[in-house]
Amino acid sequence: MKLHYKVDGGAFTSAGFAAGQVKRTLRQLGISPEIIRKISIAMYEAEMNMVLHANGGNVDVELAKDYITVVLEDQGPGIEDIDRAMEVGYSTASQKVRSMGFGAGMGLPNMKRYADELTIDTKLGVGTRVELKVFI
Amino acid sequence: MKLNTVIELLDTDVVTGKVNLDYEVYYAYGSDLLSDVLAFVKNNVLLLTGLVHPQVIRTAELMDIKAVVIVRGKKPSQEMVTMANQKGILLLTTNHSLFTACGILYEKGLYGEEIVHDEITL
Ligand SMILES: Nc1ncnc2c1ncn2[C@@H]1O[C@H](COP(=O)(O)OP(=O)(O)OP(=O)(O)O)[C@@H](O)[C@H]1O
Ligand SMILES: [Mg+2]
Repeated sequence: MKLHYKVDGGAFTSAGFAAGQVKRTLRQLGISPEIIRKISIAMYEAEMNMVLHANGGNVDVELAKDYITVVLEDQGPGIEDIDRAMEVGYSTASQKVRSMGFGAGMGLPNMKRYADELTIDTKLGVGTRVELKVFI
Repeated sequence: MKLNTVIELLDTDVVTGKVNLDYEVYYAYGSDLLSDVLAFVKNNVLLLTGLVHPQVIRTAELMDIKAVVIVRGKKPSQEMVTMANQKGILLLTTNHSLFTACGILYEKGLYGEEIVHDEITL
C-alpha cells in the first residue's frame, strides 16, 4: 500500500497530520503497537522538521509485508553540517519555536532511535530527503 | 490512577468531554518541552503542561496519551480544544503550578515512569 501527503510549510497547527493519518491506517491494519509507536514518533519528528526548518514538502509512505518506509522530501535550505545536526541539543530553531516547546535539538536523534534505518540526503540550497524504515 | 481521581485531586475544569473517566493512567509526565515528551515518554501517562497550542494534542495523539492537564490556570486555545475533541483526548485545566499539580498526584500514588537514558540522551 502506498500513501502520499503534502505537508504545508506555513501551517504549524496541521504539522503532524500525515503522521496521525498513518498511525490510524496502521492501527486499522492490525500492526503491533510497538511498531506503530516507532513509526509515529519518527515520522512526526521528521514532519515537524519539514514544517519548522524547510517550509513543508512531500511525504510518501510504503507499507509492505515486512517493513514500512516513510520518505520526506523538501526543497528547504538543506542542512549544512549533518553530523552536528544529529547531535542532541543542536538546533537552529527560532525563539518562537522554542517557546512552543520545540527546538531542543532532539528530533533527529529521536528519529535515529525509533527508525530501524535512517537515511538523510541533504544539499545546501536544494533540499533534504529523509528516509525512515521500520521492520515489521 | 483513574482520570476521575485526577479531576478531583487537582480540582480541574474539564474542557473536553466524551472521554471515559474510568480510564486509568499508570504514570504522569510534567513538561513544557514537547521535544522531551517525544524523547522520554514510553508508557501510558497523564501529561501535565503549561503549553496551550494544538501541537500538544498532536503529540498526545501520536504517543497514545489519553489525557492532558493544563497547569497554572492557562486557557487552551480554541484550536487546541477543537483538536482534543476530534481526537477524543481529555483536556483538563488546573490553577496549580506544574510542580504543585505533580506533587499532589505523586502524594496520592501516581508516579513518574523511570526515564531511560541511552547513548542518545546522555
Ligand atoms: N528538513 C530540514 N531542513 C533543513 N534543516 C533541517 C531539517 N531538519 C533538521 N534541520 C536542521 O537540523 C537541526 C536539528 O534538528 P532536530 O530535529 O534534531 O532539532 P530541532 O528540530 O531544532 O529541535 P526539536 O526536534 O527538538 O524540536 C535543526 O535545528 C535544523 O537546523
Ligand atoms: Mg526537530
